[in-house]
Amino acid sequence: MKTRYTYGGDEHIYVEMDDEMSLDAFFKSLSMSNAVRDAKIKGVTEICPANASFQVRFDPDVISPDEMMKKVKELEHRAEDAEKRLRTRIIEIPVYYQDPWTHETLMRFRERHQDPSGTDLDYAARINGFDSVEAFIEAHHSQPWFVSMVGFVAGLPFLYQLVEREKQLQVPKYLRPRTDTPKLTVGYGGCFSCIYSVRGAGGYQMFGVTPMPIFDPELKQSYLNDFMVFFKPGDIVKWKPIDRGEYDRILAEVEADTYLPRIAEVDFDLDAFNADMPGTNAKLMEALNVA
Amino acid sequence: MSLKVINPGLSTSIQDLGRPGYFHLGIPMGGAMDRFALRVANMLVGNPEGAAGLEAVFMGPTLTFEKDVLVAVTGADLPPKVDGVVQDGWTAFEVKAGQTLSFDFLKSGARAYIAISGGIDTPPALGSRSTYPIGALGGFEGRNIQAGDVIPLGETDMIEPELSVPAKLRRLPGKPAELRVLPGLYWHRLTPAAQEGFFADDWAVALEADRMGYRFKGGKPLEFVAREQPFGAGADPSNIVDGCYSYGSIQVPGGLEPIVLHRDAVSGGGYFTLGAIISADMDLIGQLQPHTPVKFRKVDMAEALAARATRKKMLAEVRAHLG
Repeated sequence: MKTRYTYGGDEHIYVEMDDEMSLDAFFKSLSMSNAVRDAKIKGVTEICPANASFQVRFDPDVISPDEMMKKVKELEHRAEDAEKRLRTRIIEIPVYYQDPWTHETLMRFRERHQDPSGTDLDYAARINGFDSVEAFIEAHHSQPWFVSMVGFVAGLPFLYQLVEREKQLQVPKYLRPRTDTPKLTVGYGGCFSCIYSVRGAGGYQMFGVTPMPIFDPELKQSYLNDFMVFFKPGDIVKWKPIDRGEYDRILAEVEADTYLPRIAEVDFDLDAFNADMPGTNAKLMEALNVA
Repeated sequence: MSLKVINPGLSTSIQDLGRPGYFHLGIPMGGAMDRFALRVANMLVGNPEGAAGLEAVFMGPTLTFEKDVLVAVTGADLPPKVDGVVQDGWTAFEVKAGQTLSFDFLKSGARAYIAISGGIDTPPALGSRSTYPIGALGGFEGRNIQAGDVIPLGETDMIEPELSVPAKLRRLPGKPAELRVLPGLYWHRLTPAAQEGFFADDWAVALEADRMGYRFKGGKPLEFVAREQPFGAGADPSNIVDGCYSYGSIQVPGGLEPIVLHRDAVSGGGYFTLGAIISADMDLIGQLQPHTPVKFRKVDMAEALAARATRKKMLAEVRAHLG
């Protein structure tokens, strides 16, 4: 890992911990962006952590770009020394895979796809070497995921699966982005899964939908009534496959503002995870069973 | 106190100076694309510079008012009319209760800013009245204005409608429009020939140009330095591991058509960016119509900061003039 510092115009500093994705790069980026926040540098207006990088926005009328760059660089050692531990939460997110709404949408944009002859899941299963879509879906939901970035549009989480690199699922984005994606689509691009928080344009492959809102500007959902965005970097997610019956049942609860997602407090230790991935994941998922 | 929308125009939204502080959650700062124009419009009618006004794209709305108000229209040359009588731009004028404010055809620029004495008084969302339709935040019920909307206005004491801003203190893009760029971010991904070509080529604003981003076409495809793509980045040479985007940053998906992210930017994604438009030139982009010829000009940080100081000085001159 080699840290790269650069400017984004005269108002942003961009720090890339690594050009490839890894949990080590994510933890370092999160620690360092936290260190910048804690340093309360005058003139800083926004700090945005991402998967393996982060960005600081500043007011060059308050602090010069050179001075800002110097202060950010000085904080790198703190990220290196930081403990790679997080007190966080695991959330079970219901997913209706192969649902009719993403199916309708993916058929509508078929000419923008690498393989117009099948569905996004057919394609993803095939290029990742699975015999069936069902086996691919199982690989998608059987092990937990880490929210490594929130962004793109309102409250959209990017998720990175907690498995060895050889087991990571990878799919390209659409050849040309769609102009439409159903709200709450569970998508996939590169090595990241995501949930489209709102309806709109998108380039990720579409696997299914969740009935659980994750962005609520009206603060109506009980689990979204303190802030409109549900996810934050460091959250852990376990997908739970559901059928149409369960989807409809949860949706009715969502509409009545009575739905409560299953959530448990957990600790995540990167070194422990790297030493024993299946064991760490089993423990994380057990926490959900008693939630 | 309120105004009524008789006709919304093409795409008219409530905007102030935006809601910085939530970009890490994918909620952009938003606000007027031409911030200078909004500030000046507000000053002309005696409002605080950051009061909410209307941003009208290409076509003006038709509005009526419950009480007498002062109005100023800045930015694009979109001549305002009161009961059919044309008024000057960049100048405060009175609209009496019951009179109709409408607009003539667009003469130049792309976005007009309509400030009304008292300012628009819709409920702020996350500290701003700016409209962010994707997140259904701010504006009028989270969307652009529509016919029939009755929009609340703040109470204020009327000032004399005498104020005007002279032509030398107004700003519109030249032809071709020049946009200054500070190379950076993932600039190293381009070959030296592509780096040179980007600045040498003639570009024009494409049809896909809105508050989220402005697309440009007409230049040669950009070539990338060959590499094995890093894990997680995606197969296309223009892909990176999804990262944050800077306001004004220039992404070029597939190396084909540059897109400059503007006030309603997506906060991150998986395309490389070659640098960013300097802060001093962001307002200008909001005044570019589709097909406008554009040259990108390379600058260094010292020039970017000098340009920023020039903008600041011009705003100070307007303040002093209207003092």
